[in-house]
Amino acid sequence: MKNEVIKGWKAAVPVALGYLPLGLAFGILAARQGLTWIDVFFMSLLVYAGSAQFIASAMLSSGSAAAAIISTTFLVNLRHLLMSASLSPLLKHLSSPILAWISLGITDETFAAGYPEASGGKASPWFYFGLNGLSHFSWIVSTVTGCLLGSRIPDPEKWGLDFALPAMFIGLLLMQMKNRKDIIVALTGGITALVLSFLVNNSFNVLIAAITAAFTGVVIKNEA
Amino acid sequence: MKPEMIYLILGMSLVTQLPRLLPLVVLSRLSLPPIVIRWLKQIPVAVLSALLFPSLLIADGILSLSLNNTALLAAIPSIIVAAKTKNLFLTVLAGIASSALLQFFMS
Repeated sequence: MKNEVIKGWKAAVPVALGYLPLGLAFGILAARQGLTWIDVFFMSLLVYAGSAQFIASAMLSSGSAAAAIISTTFLVNLRHLLMSASLSPLLKHLSSPILAWISLGITDETFAAGYPEASGGKASPWFYFGLNGLSHFSWIVSTVTGCLLGSRIPDPEKWGLDFALPAMFIGLLLMQMKNRKDIIVALTGGITALVLSFLVNNSFNVLIAAITAAFTGVVIKNEA
Repeated sequence: MKPEMIYLILGMSLVTQLPRLLPLVVLSRLSLPPIVIRWLKQIPVAVLSALLFPSLLIADGILSLSLNNTALLAAIPSIIVAAKTKNLFLTVLAGIASSALLQFFMS
């Protein structure tokens, strides 16, 4: 059990590192837009979705209605459906309450960081306890810190920290590319998302691009 | 906390958590056809590339393929480190370090 938790923590270290600048940036923005640190704490605890929290806080400051903010959040976060579904054949050995608990910690980053372990088909709940626990903790601490310190924090861009998330996506993507089919899927997903980002609002482009790219992966035969 | 904020956060939480929760809990109790499983296996690469490309190639809302795009430049050492070491932590560190150096020299 202890080893599994530590394995989860190790998988979470790059995620937590990536959440730090993103969380600080969200906290600073939220403070500027009139949210208290308690608002930020509960949003990070209960919603736990970076891009949706950024959008919500911008919409709040421009006076949007709650219904509009909630429906935008729904669309932006709908991509988690895909991640949750893709874990389902791999975590069949776990009980429903444990799966429910694991699912609430699914983000772009924890999903991808945990996927290699899950794909073995024997992932332990304690691994997810470590991975999701440390990642969520880092998100809450960095967003609340950002809100409390506000503009007293120096610009995280200067330290290159804004590149932590893209760098993590690069690492995660390369580690999951095994054959030529994966390269084609990646190019399809990337280019579709790029084109769609000019056509549709919000991060809805990621959802559509991922669905399309996954289909190309089914059509193309497996190659070594 | 203002009551409106409580309702807003609860609403956002509900619409975010249900899509996270339902597929994993429901689908894991079903046996899916092989073609669906094959489709689901593509999801990690498909989602990651869909997240990555725009974050590297779009700067301030426009497509940027120039050498002024520090994200695109910082991606190069990150890709090399990722390919050589297969280590996520080192990749993130390489990305942060090269991005910091680029910001320093280009601003």
